[in-house]
Amino acid sequence: MNAQARIETEDSWSVAGRTFRSRLIVGTGKYKDFEQNAAAVEASGAEIVTVAVRRVNISDPKAPMLTDFIDPKKITYLPNTAGCFTAEDAIRTLRLAREAGGWDLVKLEVLGEARTLYPNMVETIRATEVLAREGFKPMVYCTDDPIAAKQLEDAGAVAVMPLGAPIGSGLGLQNRVTIRLIVEGTKLPVLVDAGVGTASDAAVAMELGCTGVLMNTAIAEAKDPVLMARAMKASVEAGRMAYLAGRMGRRMYADPSSPLAGLI
Amino acid sequence: MSVDGTIGIHVNGEHRRVRAGLTLAELANELGLAPEKVAVERNLEVVPRGTLDQVIVEDGDELEIVHFVGGG
Repeated sequence: MNAQARIETEDSWSVAGRTFRSRLIVGTGKYKDFEQNAAAVEASGAEIVTVAVRRVNISDPKAPMLTDFIDPKKITYLPNTAGCFTAEDAIRTLRLAREAGGWDLVKLEVLGEARTLYPNMVETIRATEVLAREGFKPMVYCTDDPIAAKQLEDAGAVAVMPLGAPIGSGLGLQNRVTIRLIVEGTKLPVLVDAGVGTASDAAVAMELGCTGVLMNTAIAEAKDPVLMARAMKASVEAGRMAYLAGRMGRRMYADPSSPLAGLI
Repeated sequence: MSVDGTIGIHVNGEHRRVRAGLTLAELANELGLAPEKVAVERNLEVVPRGTLDQVIVEDGDELEIVHFVGGG
């Protein structure tokens, strides 16, 4: 089997005892409708989608539901705590999510302020400890801080998910150095969560050795979300293969590709 | 309980009067919700899904009924 075929059939990653082939996790917010959302998930090849936990609309109980379009038996639902600004709110949300979904793999995010949606790491670490004690498997949105990543590992996180740039900004990875230091410093899967704007951003994350990439807005707000989902699938795979292949060394000056000997 | 056999509860922040003696599963059905697609918190405590058809709604209960929606 050649190298590419081997990577395509054997490359996988695991979190909390579950193994996945796709290294792309996609969100389910901001889409025009459920049909477009489902088509984008399909095109992305994602095996995990993030979902939010919200009150049911009692005045319109027959409104279409996400689960009618994206089958939780085929795609792993990763409930998140988006919108929570305290450890208590996040823990309460995930206790309900566990009851609604019946699984313990969750995405924890505890936000610090609305303007930047930066994580509050003190509250995040506290919530991680409580959730781990209660048997949850928290994948944790965090700052791109190698020390915070280690603290999360000690607190019981099953994956660390540093931001590449502010949520929904599409600015791309702002600090490759800290993302690389996180990858080198933790035994946990590292997934860049937030900040990806276009396909090359996802490839950059993967080339740094990240386990995967999580994104929502970059796909949902593209002019053609389904095509962008396909592009992200390709870029995550390309970045992964480039990482495994091992890039060439950088040189300060040119080095000719054609032999110098035998010039006429 | 009032003389008409109803009790007052809050569901997702809204006040409602429902008949006394309902289970949470019956309440969900009366609201048009499929109990297997939602999670219920009663007075800040999560109600295990398997007990929704046993827990009786009581006067003054504060209920939160949630489900999964699109999100990042």
